[in-house]
Order: sequence, then C-alpha cells, then structure tokens
Amino acid sequence: MKKSVILGAITVAGLAAGAATAGTVDDVKARGKLNCGVTTGVPGFAAPDANGNWAGFDVAVCRAVAAAVLGDGTAVEFIPTTGKTRFTALASGEIDLLARNTTWTFSRDVDLKFDFVGVNYYDGQGFMVPVELGVSSAKELDGATVCIQTGTTTELNLADFFRANNISYEPVPIETNAEAQQQYLAGACDVYTTDASALAATRATFEAPDAHMVLPEIISKEPLGPLVRHGDNEWGDIARWTLNALITAEELGVTSANIGEMANGTNNPEINRLLGTEGNLGEMLGLDADWAKRAIMVEGNYGEIFEKNIGLSTPIGIARGLNAQWTDGGLIYSPPFR
Amino acid sequence: MSNIEFVRTEMLPEKEPPASTVGPIGWMRENLFNGIWNSIITVLFVLAIVWTVLSLLGWGIQPTWNAKSLSECREIIAATGYTGHSGACWGVINDRWLQLLYGFYPLDANLLSAVSGASAAEILADPRAHVATPIVMILGYWRLNLAIILLFVGLAPVLIERAPRKLLIVTVLFPFIDVWLMWGGSIWGPAMAFVGFVLGYFAFKILAPIAGTLIAVIMSAVVPIIWWLFLSGSAASIFAGSPIDLTLEPVSSRQFGGFFLSISIGVVAILGSLPLGIVLALGRQSDLFIVKALCVGFIEFIRGVPLITLLFVANNLLNIFMPPGTNFDVILRVMIMVTLFAAAYMAEVVRGGLAALPKGQYEAADALGLDYWKAQRLIIMPQALKISIPGIVSTFIGVFKDTTLVSIISLMDPIGLSNAIRANQEWNGIVWELYAFIALLFFVVCFSMSRYSMFLERKLQTGHK
Repeated sequence: MKKSVILGAITVAGLAAGAATAGTVDDVKARGKLNCGVTTGVPGFAAPDANGNWAGFDVAVCRAVAAAVLGDGTAVEFIPTTGKTRFTALASGEIDLLARNTTWTFSRDVDLKFDFVGVNYYDGQGFMVPVELGVSSAKELDGATVCIQTGTTTELNLADFFRANNISYEPVPIETNAEAQQQYLAGACDVYTTDASALAATRATFEAPDAHMVLPEIISKEPLGPLVRHGDNEWGDIARWTLNALITAEELGVTSANIGEMANGTNNPEINRLLGTEGNLGEMLGLDADWAKRAIMVEGNYGEIFEKNIGLSTPIGIARGLNAQWTDGGLIYSPPFR
Repeated sequence: MSNIEFVRTEMLPEKEPPASTVGPIGWMRENLFNGIWNSIITVLFVLAIVWTVLSLLGWGIQPTWNAKSLSECREIIAATGYTGHSGACWGVINDRWLQLLYGFYPLDANLLSAVSGASAAEILADPRAHVATPIVMILGYWRLNLAIILLFVGLAPVLIERAPRKLLIVTVLFPFIDVWLMWGGSIWGPAMAFVGFVLGYFAFKILAPIAGTLIAVIMSAVVPIIWWLFLSGSAASIFAGSPIDLTLEPVSSRQFGGFFLSISIGVVAILGSLPLGIVLALGRQSDLFIVKALCVGFIEFIRGVPLITLLFVANNLLNIFMPPGTNFDVILRVMIMVTLFAAAYMAEVVRGGLAALPKGQYEAADALGLDYWKAQRLIIMPQALKISIPGIVSTFIGVFKDTTLVSIISLMDPIGLSNAIRANQEWNGIVWELYAFIALLFFVVCFSMSRYSMFLERKLQTGHK
C-alpha cells in the first residue's frame, strides 16, 4: 500500500516536472536520438549482439518510431531497464518510450499515469511440464511444485488459477528466467510457469525440447505494448500510429520489399494515405508525408518483424496465434488510416 | 689388564634422520596420517577433491571454443563421445569476451580500418572478421587501454617505493586525462576542471600566511567550487574553439559496460573512499561539535542503509527530484554513491587504527610542539594506517565486488551483460560458463589486491612483535 503511494507521489512529481518541458517530440528532434527503454534481455524481444547492436521484437518498435520521427532507424539510444527501474525511468523523462514487454493493466495505465499506445504482442501465462510427468492439462497439477518468478503478475495469476480450480501447489520462488531454467531442468520443480512466449524461448534451448511440453491452458491475459508518459498526447499519437502503421502495412500487403514500388502510388487509397502519396496524415501528426514509409522500411511490417524475431523460422518458433491479423483470426487490428 | 672404559675419541658422522620423519613422507605422516581417524579423513577428502577436480575438468575441457551457438556446442560434445552430465560451451566466451570486458564502448573503427584496409562500416558490422582479435582489443579500444595504463603508471609512485618520483606528475594528471580518454569530447573540459584544483591550491598558499589556516582551508574549497560552477564551462568552450584543441569522439555513459565499468566504478570508489574515510574518521574524533555530529551522522546513516538502496536512490529518485532537463550522468551518480558508501566503512576502519595507537603517541606529538595537521601527518596517520592495512584492503575488495550490484539498476556490468547475452537465442540457457569467466576476472583483481596488501604489511613491519 505504502509502496504504491510513494510510487504514485514520485510519478506525480515526475509529471509536474515533465509538464514544464517542451513536448517530447521536440526534445527527441533536438537531441537527434530517441531514448528507448528496453529490457536488459529477453530472448526474441530485445538483446544485444556481439557487437552491441540491439535487435528484437520490441527493439523494432523503437527503431520504427525513431525512423518516423528522425528519419533514421539507428538514431536510438537503447536504455536497458529492469522490472524495477522501468516505470521510474519513463516517469522521470530518462526515456521517451518504453517498449519492454510490459503488460497493459488498469493500474499501470491509470494509477501510474502512463499511456499504452497499443498492443504489439498478446501474451498469456502458460505452464511447461516434462512429458514424463504425464499430465495433459493444468487442472491435473494438484500438489505440484511450481517454479515462479517472484514479484510479477504471474505469481498472482498462478495463485488465482489454483484457487479457482480448488487444487493446491507448492511455489518455488526464483528470481530470473535463467535461474528458472536451471531449477526446472534440475528437477527442483515439476512445472515452470511464465509468459507463453518466454516458455517457448526457454523450451527451444533445451537439449531435448521434445521431452517437455507447454500445456494448453493460458491462464491470464498479458497484452504487451509500448507506453509513453501521460499528458503528452502528440508524442503518444506518434508512437500509437507508428505501431498502427506497421500493423496496417501487413494487412495491406505492404512489405519492406515492395514498399519502394508502392510508394510511387497504387490503386488502393488506404495504401496511398499510409505511404503519404495521398492526403496529409503525416502533417496532422506533425511529421512529414514519408513518416510511415520510413517506419516500415526499417525492419518491415508487423508480420515481417514477427517472423524475423520470434516467428516459426527462428529458434524461438512462436506461431502467430492470437497475434495474427484480425483477417486471419487473430487480434492484431489497426484502426483505419483516413 | 683390559681396560673396559671406552671414550669415543671422534664424533660419529651425523646420520640421516629416519626416512619416515623427513621430507614429503615425514610431512605426510606428521600432518595427514597421524592416527587412524586422521588417515580416514585424509583419504576421504583426497577422494572428494579428486572427484570434484575430475568432474570439473571433464565438464570444462571441451573442444567448444569455436562453436557459434549452444546447439552447435551440444553437437560438438556429442561427437566427442563425452558421456558426462553436460559439457561446457566455451563458444559463448569466444563470441563475447570483448563485450564482457568493454561493454558497448564504441570501437575506433577508423583506426582499425586504417590498419586492415576494410572500410569503417565493415569494421563496425563485424570487426573480428577483418582484423585479428588481439588487434581489435588493443587498437579498437585503445582509449580504455591507455586509460588503464595511465592509471597504473599514476599509481606506481604510490604503490612502489622504487618508482621514479617524476611519475608523480602522472599521478596528479591521470584522473583528468582518463576522464577525457573515456568520455571523449574536448580536452579543455577536464583541463578546466584541473585548473579548479590549481586555483584551490593557490588560494590556500596565498591566504594561509595572511588570514590564518581556517580561512585558507575554507577558501581553498570555495574558490574551486565557484570556478567549476560559473566559470570553467565558459572558459572550456572558449578554448574548445581555439586551434589548440584535442577532441575525441564523445562517448555517452550508457555505452560503458562490462568489466571495464566495474573497474572504473571500483577504482573511483577506492581512490575516493580512502581520503574521504580518513577525513571522516578524524572528524568523528574531533572536539568540534558540529564537525563531529556531521561525521557521526553521515557514517551511521550510510552504514545503516544497504548499498542497493543507495543505488536505487541514485538511479531512480535523484532523476525525479532534479529539475527537468538536467542530465546528471547515471554512472557519475553511481560512482558518487558507491564512493560515499565505501568512505563510511573506510572511516570506521581508520578509526580502528587510530584507536589502536597508544595515547603516548598523541602526547609525544604534542610534546614536540607539532600542530594538529603535522601531528596527524607525521606521527599518527603513518602508524594508524599501517595497522589498518588489512581492514582497508578488505574494504577495497568488498567495494570492488559490490560493483556487480549495479546490474540491478540495469547498468551493463558483467553480470548484467551475462543476462543480455543469454537473451540471444543462440546462447540462451548458458549459465556456468559466463559466471566462470566473470569469476576469473574478479578473482585476478581481488587476489592481486590481497597479495599486494600482504606484501605491504611485510614491508612496513617495524618489529613490534
């Protein structure tokens, strides 16, 4: 209780401070770099390579926004944040945009005074068990020992799920995903539970992935998305519509390969509006007409980004599932560009 | 008549002691196998040690140095027919050791491209494909390497008695040159910071005979602060435009990382905490009430708070309380916090040394007519510090190892990097190899410090025992 009061107080202080400055978009342009908060490392979502270049699904959002605003997808300063530092980093203005596997929840949006600009990945909490355990549903896990990361929403979801199904479990608290892998493989727990995307990434690293299975139950809603500070709506609009541009581009079949051709004008007016050959959407955002084109050119449209970083062709191998376009039965849906 | 008396007329030659009491065998009988229980325990421990070493070697000696991913490691290990639990995947160290050492610090691509002939862009994309790895390390990161070398040269006159005294010039200058090398930019910024110290020195020199020591001390602090706050910035920018300027590509603190980050935080904390700790320890024993209260309050507050809390304050809270737009460097904040933390512990260690001195030493100093500072400098401190060497070095080592806590506030020290490295799917799942490498780095530094302190103790031994 007290924690949230303090957290709230510092957030308000941060906002009061933030309100006094110019708009974020002006700051970013003046700086020539986007300060983008990412994770300190989550497979597929954000990780530095051997030469220190960041790549991943969340990183691609940062680069797209940087390309839209600054015209250069590499003009990003990636600021690694932990679960403990991410919100203060955003509230204090150290970062302009937080694209860090963050679940959109009521209290984060309302109480912590942030604006989620959309959802770039629909995740949910799942369970992984060794096949030899012989269970096929999470409801059969009565009395199981469960490896669980402490201090996250997954802990609360787990308690809710087991209570609702009237079965018992024994938690094995762990701090990081790496520790969880070790504990789970050593047999310290029967079940490992965390977001399904992380389970898939973890399972892919096992020596014998087929000896482990992810149970079909998904027990929580974890819509992950980028977020910005409350109160700077121009900046929020830019981030929101950059994400929507990536999604719309996939829906309309605009890819990094054919975008040069399509930017010369097509028969589809929505593509033309998106790419700036018709209408003045860029001007309304305070950017130039090519903003969306640049954002899409950096790493491709939403589908390309997904495939490149976490899709079936990667070692992580996550199927689109909920994250397919709405036209393919998924939840990824962008409001129209008009 | 027979004479039964016998008096030996010459000494018998000395015999070798029995083989069972000398040499390795004698030592083993004496120390390892004296009695049935000791023998049993010895055998058990030897077996345990042999088993541990053999399994570690079995795990560690694997031909996986050139593997490009964990799965490739597994294929290589499977091909060797190794049947143990699992084998080490050293490919991750081969791939990432430069990163673990230097973090995200930018390579000097122009220099490397001049050496190799490849273009700067190619170098940046994959330096080790075009230039031999040792050259990447030495020339690519020459700024950091030079900073470290200067650090050692600068410390030499302090650490080694025989070092030429002229090196003291380096000792005075290297902090400023190192800041310039590490962060880049114009050399006039650090130079003007140095001028502040010079001004403080002259303020003291000039005022001390005229206005008394106390005023001189106060002014020697006030003058540099005024200079730094109001004048040095504009002076630096005036000189920066002039033709006599050396400029290095500026590097932001966010690009610092790896073991170099640990070293820079550790060195600053170590070099800063000793003088600060001495001042605090003296202040705590002072007769001046306010000085004493301030010192006691500071020491007890810092010692009562965990380092991790101070780091959170440095990282999160300070940002919010400072006026918007101020960009107070995060690494600088951490360095200050760690230094203050170490200083509080150092103060107590030094106070222990002061307390161990017999009262007669203080009285002797008074009897010689020395004033407070001279007594401290010539009589009290040399003895008190000598007594405290083990405690001081323990604090140094502790602080250096505590720098790994910065991974919690998302700075990329080796521990933080190990997590980031695992976030690449090719290395996801590797734990022990990275920790082994990091442990080795820290062991080398901490063990050297420990050995140096033992050497120093022996050298300063003046035979009270």
